[in-house]
Amino acid sequence: MNINMDNIFIKIRDVRFSRGGRWIFDGVNIDIPRGKVVAIMGPSGTGKTTLLRLIGGQLKPHAGTVEVDGKDISTLSIRDLYRLRKKMGMLFQSGALLTDINVYENVAFPLREHTKLPEVLIQHLVLMKLQAVGLRGAKYLMPSQLSGGMARRVALARALVFDPMMIMYDEPFTGQDPISMGVLVHLIRSINDALGLTSIIVSHDVQETAQIADLIYVISNGKVVSHGTPDAMKNSESAWVKQFINGESDGPVPFHYPASDYIEDLLGGPKC
Amino acid sequence: MLNQLQSLGKVTLGFFERLGRGHIFLVQILATIPSLLLRPNLIVAQVFSIGVLSLSIILVSGLFVGMVLGLQGYNTLVNFGATESLGAVVSLSLVRELGPVLTSLLFAGRAGSALTAEIGLMKATEQLSGMEMMAVNPIKRVVAPRFLGGIISMPLLAAIFSAIGILGGYLLVVQVLGVDSGSYWSQMQDKTDFMADIMNGIIKSIVFGFVVTWIAVYEGYDCTPTAEGVSRATTRTVVHASLATLGLDFLLTALMFSDI
Repeated sequence: MNINMDNIFIKIRDVRFSRGGRWIFDGVNIDIPRGKVVAIMGPSGTGKTTLLRLIGGQLKPHAGTVEVDGKDISTLSIRDLYRLRKKMGMLFQSGALLTDINVYENVAFPLREHTKLPEVLIQHLVLMKLQAVGLRGAKYLMPSQLSGGMARRVALARALVFDPMMIMYDEPFTGQDPISMGVLVHLIRSINDALGLTSIIVSHDVQETAQIADLIYVISNGKVVSHGTPDAMKNSESAWVKQFINGESDGPVPFHYPASDYIEDLLGGPKC
Repeated sequence: MLNQLQSLGKVTLGFFERLGRGHIFLVQILATIPSLLLRPNLIVAQVFSIGVLSLSIILVSGLFVGMVLGLQGYNTLVNFGATESLGAVVSLSLVRELGPVLTSLLFAGRAGSALTAEIGLMKATEQLSGMEMMAVNPIKRVVAPRFLGGIISMPLLAAIFSAIGILGGYLLVVQVLGVDSGSYWSQMQDKTDFMADIMNGIIKSIVFGFVVTWIAVYEGYDCTPTAEGVSRATTRTVVHASLATLGLDFLLTALMFSDI
């Protein structure tokens, strides 16, 4: 698959970010082309969610730039950042639905906060978005009555309600049963194509993500270790990428956490 | 010795850092209040949740405190034949001290802990982050209405506490112990000054409401977003808010009622 890398929507350049004295990102460069589904993959704890927060402006990089639609996020004023966020949707791992209001009100929430639209128009918009994710019938349910997959679909409807330019998905497939997983995989791709969005999926579910991604970036130890189309990644010569894609328990990423000599540890007696 | 100094320094720095963060947070809340006033329904909802839902505990506590004051006062004053002063004793104790202070302590335990837990859990379940990503300022949408709701509710609850306490005192002293009803009310009316007693009590309750709600919302917003973090923050709210109430009560009493 050819990807037009001239029309870059998000440009991440030499980003460095540290937390707790550890560099989460140490010179990361990522280009996300407009209109594509791009997956950011990597083992747990590599800072994939942190990357989404950097793109959304919730965190600021210690060095480097994050540009979204030509605007450097870290230099924007709060007002401009909030204006830009209205064009961004984000789907949190938990769904992040407001637990004290029902599904309908959750989807209507951004409209009520940012517009003075008449109630009938809000109703039409909310029902259209709920219909798109297949949950119009669940509009009066409370978030506590939804399954994990349904909560994420409601969160997706809410993220879509402002017709954003892009959507960021934080681990959308984690903990889903096969049917919910299939529904989410289908929705992410079809909504991206139907609405002309740019989608970023942060995930370590290799098979599901590879099905729908146009481009995959693999991150480890604060750097991009590889990137390319899903086919290119599957055929990668890199031992690290092979281990990650095929889910092998041992390889460049060792099975054992670094420790002192095993025999010495056993014979040394209790040290706690 | 060096280690002890080091840990003392760490604790002190941590304390001032939190104090500084708390004040910055307060400025951020106050900055959102003018625009929040255009959406009074958000504030009314919080007055209901913080104030109205605390009514039962305030009513029951106020009634019993008033009755206890009446009983203790009666047991002492009866020896001097001064039981007709009981109205003044009950009312002054309540409007000057016990009304604002006990309401604040109950408010910290009932509404303050609930505020911290609610905001802390919203943080832990990414609801606050979700709002930020929807371009909604969580301080304006979540924190500020609760802050204002607390400041409005607290003096009202304290007034209700004092009123129901006076009624409790009346029920016990007049109806049960047989003190003259006219003496009870007239002594109360004679000895209780609106500006010196009632207004000072109201000022106290507004100050307590401000501080307790500030501590509660700050602890919730600043907590570590885990089950343990929310639990610790809730405990800190009750402890800090109660100590702040008692400390401030001494300070305000010294300023208002002392000739020092």
